[in-house]
Amino acid sequence: MGIDETSPVSRGFVGRRRSPAQAERVPPGQYVTSDFPVLSAGPTPHTPLEQWSFALQHGTERIAEWSWPQFQGLKQTRVTADIHCVTKWSKLDTHWEGVTIDTLLEAAGLAAAPTSYVMAYSDGGYTTNLPMADLLKGRALVATKFDDTPLAPAHGGPARLVVPHLYFWKSAKWVRGLSFITQDKPGFWESLGYHMRGDPWKEQRYAGD
Amino acid sequence: MRDEAPHARSLVLTVDGWQGHEAGQHVDVRLTAADGYQAQRSYSISSAPRASQLELLVDCVPDGEVSPYLTGEARAGDRFELRGPIGGYFVWTPKYGRPLLLIAGGSGIAPLASILAVRAVAARGLPTQVLYSARTPQDVLFKERLEDWRRDDPALAVSLTLTRSAPAGWTGYRRRIDAAMLREVALETSDKPIAFVCGPTTMVEAAADALVSVGYPAERIRTERFGPSGEST
Repeated sequence: MGIDETSPVSRGFVGRRRSPAQAERVPPGQYVTSDFPVLSAGPTPHTPLEQWSFALQHGTERIAEWSWPQFQGLKQTRVTADIHCVTKWSKLDTHWEGVTIDTLLEAAGLAAAPTSYVMAYSDGGYTTNLPMADLLKGRALVATKFDDTPLAPAHGGPARLVVPHLYFWKSAKWVRGLSFITQDKPGFWESLGYHMRGDPWKEQRYAGD
Repeated sequence: MRDEAPHARSLVLTVDGWQGHEAGQHVDVRLTAADGYQAQRSYSISSAPRASQLELLVDCVPDGEVSPYLTGEARAGDRFELRGPIGGYFVWTPKYGRPLLLIAGGSGIAPLASILAVRAVAARGLPTQVLYSARTPQDVLFKERLEDWRRDDPALAVSLTLTRSAPAGWTGYRRRIDAAMLREVALETSDKPIAFVCGPTTMVEAAADALVSVGYPAERIRTERFGPSGEST
């Protein structure tokens, strides 16, 4: 829903103006919350850490796989970012810690990603597609901590993808791996009418936006 | 519009060109202030699908920006923008055929009411259990239509649980939804029922976890969560 010149005025609606400083940080159609709402399609999986691993996959080939202790041994990066959910809430200055996708590729011995797209996949069957370009240069991490504490299962723990510059459904909860794909194809929400890329600043909420 | 409780209101909207929806879907509402400022929120559709008309259930969030306007200031004849219908997973059609378990917390009854309205027309006799958690008797929304549907169809059962206060002589549940309650009311898992759970985050988390613990496979539990993660019903 881009800005539409013909929007009718809702009689008596005033709304809550944001400060100019805040307005610059909040994409169109979003509102700021200090809470941390949850959006998921099904029950929260509870995978024990002993059974957890994270993998990079290309077709049937497993390029790399890390157990929980191995994953903790990779270089950890802290990120402070604003996050934006397609259900309209935004949360400013959230603190995450985890492993960047750049670090994962390096640890897997890859000089570059083998394809231009990935499908992130999660416990519970969730998937979401992403262009590789949105994951590199420190723009994305596999986070295991939020606010310096282990990520809670309801928020995607033990590990979730965090791609703060895209709508938050792209930040797959309970993520277990990235599968390199040659052609972009829709993941879970993308095949149910949501946008393939999901840039909040372009308000790419739904297919066709 | 119709008041459903002191804090909740049904908006009956006429929408030119609206083609109907699938039970369970929601819409985005966009309000525009006189100076062009805009605010958007999502609301579930509570009515049965039909052309040109739909109903939304709006629960007032006391410190909210949009819901106090929609439940207070807005009146018949006002105009605002809608986008939708949206959502393709938390939906139900009679084609699914499976017995239904519908679990609601507070205003989470809205999309389930749409499902029940479709069921009443197109799937009467389908074994269906509703479990509805509300804080007080006044917070039980759509009481009349739930009662009407139940009276018209012995295959539909409705159980209520009141988490904060109950009237004298109340014989229903008086606690939050838990595994013990689900063991009593949930449908036999051997019949492969499909469960829809909608309500505040904490309630949905607890109910969905409890469903898994009583043997419902995750792929047959569909959830819709709303509101802050700390709220409880």
